[in-house]
Amino acid sequence: MDNEQKTNVSSQSKNTALDLLGTFGRNLGLTLYALFALFPLVWMIICSLKLDSEMYNTVFVFSPTLDNYKAVLLGTDYFKAFFQNLIVAGGAVILTIVAGVPAAYALARYDFKKKEDLAFQILSFKFAPEILVILPIFTIFQRIGLYDTYFGLIWVYQLITMPLVIWVVRGYFEEISVEIEQAAQLDGYRWFDIFFDILVPLIKPGLVASALLAFIFAWNSFTFPLVLSGFKIQTMTITSLRYIASDTVHYGQVAVASLVAVSPEIIACLFIQKHLVRGLSFGAVKG
Amino acid sequence: MNETDNAPRDDRINYNEAPVSVRRRPYFIIAPGLLILIGILIPFAIAIFLSFTNFSFRSTSWRFVGLRNWSDAFADRAFYHAVWVTLRYGFYATLTQMVLGLVVALLLRKDTFYSRVLKVLFTFPLMVAPAIAVLIWQLMTSNSVGVLEGFLNFFGVFDFPWASSHATAMFTAVLIDTWVNTPFILLLVLAGIQSLPKSPFEAAQVDGASSWFIFKTLTFPMLKPFLYIALLFRVMAALQEFGIIFALSKGGPGDTLMNISLTGYITAFQFLRMGKALPYLLVLWMICYVAAWALVKRQRKLAKLAQGY
Repeated sequence: MDNEQKTNVSSQSKNTALDLLGTFGRNLGLTLYALFALFPLVWMIICSLKLDSEMYNTVFVFSPTLDNYKAVLLGTDYFKAFFQNLIVAGGAVILTIVAGVPAAYALARYDFKKKEDLAFQILSFKFAPEILVILPIFTIFQRIGLYDTYFGLIWVYQLITMPLVIWVVRGYFEEISVEIEQAAQLDGYRWFDIFFDILVPLIKPGLVASALLAFIFAWNSFTFPLVLSGFKIQTMTITSLRYIASDTVHYGQVAVASLVAVSPEIIACLFIQKHLVRGLSFGAVKG
Repeated sequence: MNETDNAPRDDRINYNEAPVSVRRRPYFIIAPGLLILIGILIPFAIAIFLSFTNFSFRSTSWRFVGLRNWSDAFADRAFYHAVWVTLRYGFYATLTQMVLGLVVALLLRKDTFYSRVLKVLFTFPLMVAPAIAVLIWQLMTSNSVGVLEGFLNFFGVFDFPWASSHATAMFTAVLIDTWVNTPFILLLVLAGIQSLPKSPFEAAQVDGASSWFIFKTLTFPMLKPFLYIALLFRVMAALQEFGIIFALSKGGPGDTLMNISLTGYITAFQFLRMGKALPYLLVLWMICYVAAWALVKRQRKLAKLAQGY
């Protein structure tokens, strides 16, 4: 965090005018990007509070109303899609952690034949074109009855979530010295004690950050639910397509739908903010 | 992180010399994760197999057609157009995001209250699903209720066509992609900046090196492993982009945004000709695989260099 350059160490103090200019430029740049990054979200909030009748003739000054929220949350099955999305994305992340963390451990700790190839292979799943994977899976799932089921979606979502978690967590395991484990073994710890009491706390930042990122990608996934879910299971992203396609445009409701879709991720992100940056080094400095 | 132990690390157990029961252990531990992924991998084999048939969702019967799907694809102008759109979109989107992400991360480097707050806020667009992001931007760019129309009018631009014109559709899609995904690069670069050692920078400062010189010779090379990871993830996603383009214009207007993913999807699900769609998607897969392989190889080499091996 603190590798800020102490710009005003000694000889540089005469450059105060230049420093001031630099500070100004930096803040200007940040403000410009902040406008680009945040204004669309602010505009969403504004639109969500506007009546359709005020949409065309007002910009920032209007009489706020919650009618749009009522219409979307009570009037449609958007809530249902919200919870179904939560089950699918949450389930996918949990399965990924249960199966992926041991795999990451093995890839970090043991030297076995073809290890690097295997590690790359796992990563490459993340980069397989989703549409390509989805076409055969669609036919298979329809035949074996996994089409439009929670399990089917959670399984397919592993392609998004698992490579990410394995890749990040592996970097963390690689940084833990094997002597810690050996010492604990000598002290009579059993392997699961070692794992849960010693290793898990050490990998926590990476695990939390990658799990959140995995959850975001799963929650936002578009292709998989578009093809693999039908009437029974609907996710937010697919449900929201309705608002694009429909001819009767209720802009306020579009805004509400967008905001509701984004809310759980932003809440989760705020909770684990401190881990987010720290945890995402992706083992990038590891050879 | 731990730049303290620079010694080469040979403290890993050499399982190649251990008894068989121990030697098998890593495979057991890795098995559940691998099985889940390989279960998904079977479709790849099936995809290759089906690309030699005239399989379609329309009928249950199918037969081998040999290489016809492949030769049809390679003879079709639409195929080369799709590859071109894919590469162009991948290039523009990745380049814009990499540059913007790096610049903003460097601007955030100075630890002030403003930058601490912005670090949190800047991650928000990443949370927005591509389809939702398209909704948001359509709301902003709409010529009737959109707020950007008034903004552009101020600069003397009227009725900017956004996604509805051949000339600006790619720009609009890349703009939305950039809005959503720049924070991803930002996060990775920030993680990289955090892990930079302090002493070389202090030494350069004492020697009175200019900030540009420090960036060129210290910061940028040291960030390279992180930039490669970011590049890898973004290139892959941009080459395959489907959600944003599908939600924005379904590949239109005309075939302006028809990249390989969209062409494949529409051929398979709209025209119901799966066999025809598969060669397109397999080519996309090959492009991605080769690009990922090259980037990962380079990244691990750089990471080793950065570690001083």
